[in-house]
Parts: sequence; C-alpha cells; structure tokens
Amino acid sequence: MSIKGKAYIAGAFEHPTRKATNISVAQLHAECAKGALADAGLSLKDVDGYFCAGDAPGLSGPMTMSDYMGLRPRHIDSTDAGGSSYLVHVSHAAQAIAMGKCNVALITLAGRPRSEGHSGTKPRVVGANFPDAPFESPYGPVTVNLYAMAAMRHMHQFGTTSEQLAWIKVAASHHAQHNPLAMLRDVVTVEDVVGSPMVADPLHRLDCCVVSDGGGALIVVRPEIARSLKRPLVKVIGAGEAPKGQRGGEVDLTYTGAAWSGPAAFSEAGVTPSDIKYASIYDSFTITVLLQLEDLGFCKKGEGGKFVSDGNLISGSGRLPFNTDGGGLCNNHPANRGGMTKIIECVRQLRGEAHPRVQVKNCDVALAQGIGGLLSTRHNSATLIMERE
Amino acid sequence: MATPYQDRIIKAPALNIGDEIYYDAASQGRLLVKQCADCKKYHHYPRALCPFCFSDKTEWKEAKGTGTIYTYSVTRRAGPDVYTIAYVTLDEGVSMLTNIVDCDHDAIRIGQKVKVVFKPAEGGMAIPMFAPA
Repeated sequence: MSIKGKAYIAGAFEHPTRKATNISVAQLHAECAKGALADAGLSLKDVDGYFCAGDAPGLSGPMTMSDYMGLRPRHIDSTDAGGSSYLVHVSHAAQAIAMGKCNVALITLAGRPRSEGHSGTKPRVVGANFPDAPFESPYGPVTVNLYAMAAMRHMHQFGTTSEQLAWIKVAASHHAQHNPLAMLRDVVTVEDVVGSPMVADPLHRLDCCVVSDGGGALIVVRPEIARSLKRPLVKVIGAGEAPKGQRGGEVDLTYTGAAWSGPAAFSEAGVTPSDIKYASIYDSFTITVLLQLEDLGFCKKGEGGKFVSDGNLISGSGRLPFNTDGGGLCNNHPANRGGMTKIIECVRQLRGEAHPRVQVKNCDVALAQGIGGLLSTRHNSATLIMERE
Repeated sequence: MATPYQDRIIKAPALNIGDEIYYDAASQGRLLVKQCADCKKYHHYPRALCPFCFSDKTEWKEAKGTGTIYTYSVTRRAGPDVYTIAYVTLDEGVSMLTNIVDCDHDAIRIGQKVKVVFKPAEGGMAIPMFAPA
C-alpha cells in the first residue's frame, strides 16, 4: 500500500501580502483557502477534509478554523511539525483520500510574524512541561544560532566555506528578481553575502531568510475529481517524514532527518535524485539547503559546498534549479513556516506556470523538502515528490 | 579581533518534576549525568526512562566535568549581549547544549578542551557552563 497516484494537488494559492497590517490571521487563512479553491475550480461545500498546523488560531486549528470558514469536514488533521507541517499534510491527505476518509482536502497556512515582531533572533516560546527546556533555555537558544551550530560543524568537518553557503543566497536572488511579490528582488553576489553583518557565527544576515506575513493553501483531491477539473494534473507519488533530535546526547549535526525522509519518499515514488527536474528546498538559512541537498542524495555527504557553488542552483544554467520563486531567502516565509510555499512553487513548475524566466523545461518530476523546528536541537524533515501527468 | 566575555542576565528555567536533583547538585558545584543501570549508556538531557533501551532504571552519576567543544556559535545579534552557545561532548560521551564562558569569544574553537563552571541565573540558581580547561 502506498500513496503513489492516490491523490492530486488540484489547487494552490500563495497570498500576495508580505505585510498584513490590517488583516487578521484567521482572515488570511480563509483568503488562502478561497484562493486555492478558485484555482482548483472547486467551492467551499466540496471540502470534506481539513488540514492545518500550529499557525491556525483558536481553541484548536481544525475546530476554530472549520467554524470560521464554514467548513463541515469529515476528516481533520492538525499534525504540527513546524514549517514542514504542510508537506506532511499533503502526504496525510493522500492517505486519507486513499482510505476513503475524504475526497477534497484543504490545507491552510497563515501568519503575521512580521507585523507581530517575531524573528529568528528572539527566544522561542517555551510551554509548560517541555522536558528539554530546563536544560536548554538558560543557554540562549534562538532559531539562528541553532542553525549556525550545524553550519559551524559542517565547515569544521568538511571544509565548507562561507562563500559556498553564499552561493545558495545568490541563486535565490537570481530567481527573486523575476518575482514582483518577492520581498528582496535585488540580485546579490557572494561578496554581498559574506560582507553582510554576522548574526550568529558563521551565518551572516544574508544567510538568513526573510520574516514575512502571508500564507498559502492547497487542495488535494482524489484522482477522478482531479481529472474532472480544468487544471494540469499534479500527482503525488511519494512522501517521507522523520523527526530528528539530540538522540539521547549522541548529537551529530552533519545530517538532518532528510537522510531518513528522503529515501522513504524516493522509494515510494520509484524515482531517484537524478529524475528530479526541479527542487523546492526549505531555506530558513543557507546551511539548511546545503544539508538537505546532501541528505537527499543530490551530492555526497560533505560535498554540498562544491555542489551549490558557481550558480549550480540557478534555473536555466545550473544542474538543479531550486526555489525559483526566490524562496524564503528572498521571497517570503509566511508564519515563519516555509513548507507551504515550497509545495506551491513545485505545483507552478509542474504545471508550467512558473515565471517564464525561471520555468524549468520539461519539468515532469519535482521534489519539495522541508525542515521544521530547530535544526540543532529537534526538527522534523518532510519530503514530497510530485509528478506531472 | 577579540570579543571579551561579559556575564549576562540568565532567566532561571522552570523545572519539571524530577529535574530538581540536577539543579540542586549544580548549586553544590557538581555536574550530574544520567546513566542507565541496564544498558549502561549515558544520556542527556536527563530522563526517567532510558532513551536507548526504555529501562526505567536510570541513575544520576557525577560527571567528571570535562569535555570537548563539538560545535558553537558566537551569537552577536540576538539581544543586548554577545554570547556563545555550544554543544560540549562530555568525557562520558554525551553532548550537552551549553554556553562557553570566561574567555574571548573569538578565540573559541571546535575541539577545544573545556571544564564545567557554574554561573548564577536570576534568583541564584546555578547553571552549568564551560570555560577553557
């Protein structure tokens, strides 16, 4: 039993806002849902499955947002795996559809961290009963230094350089120049990145993603429904999910959960990294991209620095076009959770609807990869592989 | 280049049931680490059940208090103070999240030998950190 071919992504919508001064989080979720339904050619009453994560406001996301939007789902799932949640949701929606639990699944994400002043240099909220917090919070863990420590170790162990990491940002900026909605549209150089202020060694300001408001939504449907709609067919063919933490103190920051979720997804899909024409790779920080590319098998462990250099991720010239919307590094990072936008750009690429300057030719197989949570302490990796039919 | 160390204000952590033993020992200048009585493996952060074999026979042991820096990041733009977060691999074999203190932040290196010191949090609770050995 697998999810291969059991479900299609029929609708995708990215909210155009990057600063939602006068829009509530609930309204953003609903506007994203409306946009995705319109994209699919479906209506609110068609939705019978609803998926959301920790960014959905209320008593619980499914209860409150179903009520707000006027949904009556017969299947709900609020799996929260940080920014990787929405990749997991597509996989879980495909499973639910395969089991007959729903026909039309709606997935929403939205948030206003830019308006509310949340960023990667602020302490994360520690809830009651967190088993790890008493042994971590005194040390000042924030998002950026928990990714920086992985970068520092990679540099020490494999000789990776700041200039190599910078190429990831450079490639994203080459794509963002064509996206009128992107927060940062200026093309930058390696020198610009390594010359920007150091935030947490060895990550500079331009190694970090933007903080933006906004959101997105997806519609996942059973195959018969997908074929009845007027949109290009984007088939879900494989997925994997894998949390990775400190492993009882056997800390190894040279790899991520993608070393587990990636092989699971490739195996289910029956494809290999060389089949992937386009990849959306979660780019909370440049190092996040490098580690995931290695763990997914696009290059050998330790050789990510060489792989990403010299424009190899730039659409049209590089071997592996990535994040052609500009990604989190340049475009947006709604709710500080980048998994949703990673899937949306894959859908655009597979449909042939990406910006003409970044559209990958004959894009028949695409991969979306996310890391949610905090790389060095505990995170979740989710991998999703899709095919144009 | 040098970035001198300065003490910063540390908020005392809220403890869960069972964590008091670790921090009571810290206030006496001792670093504890959990060891499983069944599989003999050390683990950190401390738990009631061994994360390797799920035995409920985990015991507090006094660590030697020495270790090696596995990785670190001098955190320069998160709040008013510069501080260095790190993972230190204890001589017992487990790595713990910590801070490197009492030294020039710019001179810190992976592989450096360090020893435990205790820094006060607000209210006086002792927090284990590490300084060059």
